[in-house]
Amino acid sequence: MLSVPCPWCGPRDETEFKYGGQAHVAYPSDPAALSDAEWASYLFLRDNPKGWFAERWFHSAGCRRWFDVVRHTVTYEFAPGVTP
Amino acid sequence: MADPRRSPLAHLAEPLAATGIMRELPYLSSFEVRGDPAEPAMARLGAALFPGPLLAASWPTAGHAAGTGPRYALWCGPGWYLLVDEPGSALAEAMADDLPGVSAVDVSAGRTVVELSGPHAREVLAHGCALDLHPRVFGPGSCARTNLAKAQVILHQTASTTYRVFVGASFADYLARWLLDAAVEYIRGEPVDQ
Ligand SMILES: [Zn+2]
Repeated sequence: MLSVPCPWCGPRDETEFKYGGQAHVAYPSDPAALSDAEWASYLFLRDNPKGWFAERWFHSAGCRRWFDVVRHTVTYEFAPGVTP
Repeated sequence: MADPRRSPLAHLAEPLAATGIMRELPYLSSFEVRGDPAEPAMARLGAALFPGPLLAASWPTAGHAAGTGPRYALWCGPGWYLLVDEPGSALAEAMADDLPGVSAVDVSAGRTVVELSGPHAREVLAHGCALDLHPRVFGPGSCARTNLAKAQVILHQTASTTYRVFVGASFADYLARWLLDAAVEYIRGEPVDQ
C-alpha cells in the first residue's frame, strides 16, 4: 500500500486515490494537423522509466483535487516537497 | 400530524443504542459551500453565519472545523466546506444575500450522521479507518473526508471522545451494520440482534 502525499490533506492511503498516469502530457495545439501516428502517440504512448516519474493523482475520497507528484518506480518513494 | 419522515438508520436505532457507543443524529441541516475564503463574499457569508468578533469570516483551515456549538463548518478541500447545523435550522437565511463567486447547496437530505462516543469510540473507528486517530494527530476540532470500511465519509471529532461520521444515506445501512459488528468486542453482554 502506497502512502500518497496529498498536497492538501497530507499522506493518505493509496485506496483513497485514483491514478492519473504521466504528468505534463500537453494537449496538441493543433490536433487536426497531426498524422494518425502522432495522434496515437499522444493518446496512448507514455514514458515508462525505471526511476523518478512525474505522475498525476486524484484524491477521490478526500479533497477531490488533482495534483502532480514525482515517484520512484523502483523504490515507490515519493520525492519530498517536489511540485513538478 | 406525525412526522412522515423516516431517517436512514431509524430501523437500527435499537441495536445502535444497545452498544452504548453509537446513535444516529438524523436530519441535521447541511450545506455544501464552495468559494475562495479570500473573497469578500465568503467573508460576508462567514460573518452572517458566525456572528461575533471571534469567528466572523474565519473559514476552517485544512483538516479542521470552525465554529462553536451546533453550527459549524468543516473543511472538505481547498475552497470547499460543509456547513452543519441542527435539524430545521435557518442556514438558508444566512445565504439570502447576493454572494458572487459563492456556491451553496442544501445537501441535508443527502447524508445522515452516526455519533460515536465514550472510551471505545476511537477504537471502533480505527477498525476500519486508515487515518491516525491518535489525539496527538487527530483531536477535537479535527475533520477529514476519508474512507471508513470502504464507505466515503466525513469524520469529525467534536469532543475528546466523541466523533461524528457523516455518511451518504444510501451507505448508512451498510456502515451502521459494519460499525455494530466492529463494536461487538467492546460491549458488555449479548449484542442486540440486528
Ligand atoms: Zn486531498
